Amino acid sequence: MESTRSKWLWILASLLILVWTVFPILWIVMLSFKQPGEVGNQKGFFPKDWTWENYRTVFKTDLFTSALVNSIGISVIATFVGVVFATLVAYAIARLEFPGKKLILSFALAIAMFPVVSLVGPLFNLWRDIGLYDTWPGLIIPYISFALPLAIWTLSAFFREIPWEMEQAAQVDGATTWQAFRKVIVPLAAPGVFTAAILTFFFCWNDFVFGISLTSSDQARPVPAALAFFTGASQFEQPTTAICAAAVVVTVPVVVIVLAFQRRIVAGLTSGAVKG
Amino acid sequence: MTAVHSAPAPGQSRAGRAEISDRSRAERRLGLLLSAPAVLVMLLVTAYPLINALYLSLFSYRITAPDDKRFVGLANYWTALSDPLFWQDVFTTFFITFVTVAVELVIGFGLAMVMHRALFARRTVRTAILLPYGIVTVISAFAWRYAFDLQSGFVNSWFGLGDYAWFSGRWSSLFVIILSEIWKTTPFVSLLLLAGLAQVPRDLGEAATVDGATAWQRLRRVTIPNMKAAILVAVLFRTLDAWRIFDNVFIMTAGQQKTETLSFLTYRQTITRTAIGLGDAVGVLLFLSVVLIAFVFIRGFRVDLSQVRGDR
Repeated sequence: MESTRSKWLWILASLLILVWTVFPILWIVMLSFKQPGEVGNQKGFFPKDWTWENYRTVFKTDLFTSALVNSIGISVIATFVGVVFATLVAYAIARLEFPGKKLILSFALAIAMFPVVSLVGPLFNLWRDIGLYDTWPGLIIPYISFALPLAIWTLSAFFREIPWEMEQAAQVDGATTWQAFRKVIVPLAAPGVFTAAILTFFFCWNDFVFGISLTSSDQARPVPAALAFFTGASQFEQPTTAICAAAVVVTVPVVVIVLAFQRRIVAGLTSGAVKG
Repeated sequence: MTAVHSAPAPGQSRAGRAEISDRSRAERRLGLLLSAPAVLVMLLVTAYPLINALYLSLFSYRITAPDDKRFVGLANYWTALSDPLFWQDVFTTFFITFVTVAVELVIGFGLAMVMHRALFARRTVRTAILLPYGIVTVISAFAWRYAFDLQSGFVNSWFGLGDYAWFSGRWSSLFVIILSEIWKTTPFVSLLLLAGLAQVPRDLGEAATVDGATAWQRLRRVTIPNMKAAILVAVLFRTLDAWRIFDNVFIMTAGQQKTETLSFLTYRQTITRTAIGLGDAVGVLLFLSVVLIAFVFIRGFRVDLSQVRGDR
């Protein structure tokens, strides 16, 4: 049915999409390889003299290296704790009969819609009062709380699809409860948990509002916030190329994750939107 | 906050008919116990600060002058609502939200169609579409800002615009902000729409073709009506998301050139100016506007939220 002409149209459309999505990323990469002084004199897309200088600059800058450590540490911890909490809730929702299920799902949804900035003022006060301001836990706690809705919804949609009877079948065949759970349910649940972990990590990695509001120093400031305050090697120069080098460093892991787990991420983002 | 018409699949009730009370009571307890940590964290970070914000918004209070803290009732709200800057920010936020959501819906639908139909490199296209979703918003904001910047950018020389300063005017700044927002979040829309497309029964389209419907008619009469739920869900989530836009504005203009949004105003009052009372009043107004939008969507359009999951 598909005529040759329309086939070519689809191919053209696919190519256009590739250009549109990859182009800005490529632009940041190109900028990161330009000489700091070249910016402003030469306005082309590609660098004239390729250089690693910017990468050396950012890794010599304490602000960036500490921010990178903060971002990795805070995001990993928040992802881990958040996914554990979300798994417990999702298991309960998919498996157990108890009052308040709908309430929990609605509450999570309400938080997903919450304007984060509305909370920043009061949290700023509260954190300063109890000593969480400018600390890792001070960011981890809000990250967990705001990443939970996505994780809970993704996981409970996923867990509902698991055929839980298989566990009982294993028990009938002589496995203990724990064995049945570990050998049958855990392998089935693992991909969903993993998907939720990726999405949660993206969320924490991406945060900016909490990052700039609840931190004030190298101690806890994550990369996105650090980039906004970055001054580069010299206080008197626009650190455009150095910021881009830092941006590339932060983007590489994300691109790798996207390339490796493309299918999982799509499944996670649309789970619940597609039934059956 | 919202009425959710959620229809969870009935959980596998393990309580047999014989052992009702003990077993089901234990199950209830376990269910609540497992949910407790997540619910507690969410309450700690949202409920308490929200109540605190409501309370403090009734005071004239600045961190720099704690002794001057005094109860002023609704005066902060009156100050905000009667300030022309507040309404300018409301309009800016509305404009950004309206344009991004409308454009994203069109582009997102196009992308979803290509992913749905593509014969060539389907996997590559899908992976590429996910890239902007994964990129940190601040970084995409920098990418677009530098592209349009007079010093570093290539846009002006490519399009022969000479010394046109994009960030010196309100509308051109908003254009770049909106462009980067669209680039960053269209993948989300297109994935939801792709899921919706997959739900449209194929034989309906085929039947329409047999009856002599053109491609456009099929799209309008068959495809779109069958994806209504997915479209509404995408629009609802993107509207609420765009309504609290912050990162792009902060990086590109820092609210200069009348590009300040409601989120930015709240941030500026509470954190930069440390005018806690007034800032919290603006924050509460922002929160109320989100509730209102959600309410209108869920009631007015009958969005079936059992089909959604949260996302930001």
